[in-house]
Amino acid sequence: MNITTIVHITGFALILIGFWGMLTQKNMIKIILGLAIVETGVQLVMVAFGFIDGRTAPILDSAVELSKASSLIVDPVPQALVLTAIVIGVAVNALMLTFVIRLYQQKKSLSINDYKDLKW
Amino acid sequence: MIKRLIPLLLVISLFFILLKVATNVAPNYDLTGVAKTYAEQGASDLGAMNLVTAIVVTYRGLDTLGEVTVLFMAGTGIALLLRRKKKKNDSGIKNRAASEILKTGSKLLVPIITMFGAYIFINGHLSPGGGFQGGAAIASAVMLMFLADSSFKINHKVFVLIESFSGIFYVLIGVLGLVILGADNFLDNRILPLGTFGTILSAGTIPLIYTLVGLKVGTELASILDNMKGELE
Amino acid sequence: MELQQGIFILMGLAMIIAAVLAMHVKDLISSIIAVGVVSLFASILYLLMQAPDVAMTEAAIGAGLSTLIFLYALHKTKDVEEEND
Repeated sequence: MNITTIVHITGFALILIGFWGMLTQKNMIKIILGLAIVETGVQLVMVAFGFIDGRTAPILDSAVELSKASSLIVDPVPQALVLTAIVIGVAVNALMLTFVIRLYQQKKSLSINDYKDLKW
Repeated sequence: MIKRLIPLLLVISLFFILLKVATNVAPNYDLTGVAKTYAEQGASDLGAMNLVTAIVVTYRGLDTLGEVTVLFMAGTGIALLLRRKKKKNDSGIKNRAASEILKTGSKLLVPIITMFGAYIFINGHLSPGGGFQGGAAIASAVMLMFLADSSFKINHKVFVLIESFSGIFYVLIGVLGLVILGADNFLDNRILPLGTFGTILSAGTIPLIYTLVGLKVGTELASILDNMKGELE
Repeated sequence: MELQQGIFILMGLAMIIAAVLAMHVKDLISSIIAVGVVSLFASILYLLMQAPDVAMTEAAIGAGLSTLIFLYALHKTKDVEEEND
């Protein structure tokens, strides 16, 4: 079993756990925590796609010979994508928590079952 | 129990989709496509040691500009929704004061953490790190001040000024690429000379842009923290 | 090679257990801390997968700032006093 597969299984398990939590939990903060777990899982899977066993980080210092760089480093593109995804993720989580705080100020409840205004 | 059954069905179907992905992906043994090009030409093209920085700031610079915009929008939304009310009741719950160790330790650590954050984003093209990590370190220093002293307030005018000007200069550097190097060179780092590979004044505008991004991300995350904290006492 | 795989499997198991705990426990503070633990282990995995940039971001933002933002939100939704617009 190679490392990419191990990290993929971990990431997929985190996605499933977070998804299950988002669908079944009643507390709105718990739902956002479920989304945070899903985000971590997706980011792990993406970084694992670029991992190549036995290679070093994509930084061209003295450990990496410039002419043979493409055979010595791991894939830098997924890392750049995940880097920005993490920062976006925390901002979006904070915005959703703000909505929860505002909803709580209106109805004094955190349970999703108390907000049925849009239910037909 | 239909309410339990539907989530269960959804999770099981997602499980089979992910199983298909997990069993069909073979591990990589070589770089292919665009990653190979970046690895082979990144150093001579852009002069940055850290290839992740080269991708984030220059090759995919437009994405980073969009991402900073999303962060700005989220921060603005939070500030709008949680805006302060001037008059505040004094009979609310009182916060426990921070311990002596936390107070003294934070006075010692906050300058060091801020300086370390600046070090991270100035050296973004040479070592791991960059604007986002350095900005997060600066926001952590602000977070430590919030934890040590619950009545601590950040100076909003200075923060808004730093954030606005770093955003404006970021876009201006991008437009400068259009003016100097011609069309389809938005956010190109080669409007400044590339310098000696591996020194701090190299890689064109990458250190400049990452410093601006670091200041912007740091002030934005600190503002988000400040708005979420609100009037606690 | 065997040792490396063992470390990855142990980390993955710890992350999955922390995630299940985060969704299962009733206490919200414990739940938030468990999600912080998931982020911290993820940051170690990034470091082992030769992604130091991502590891730094995840440790500073995912495990540090995000946890505090959740705790502030929890604090704001717990007060009993009346607060009208």
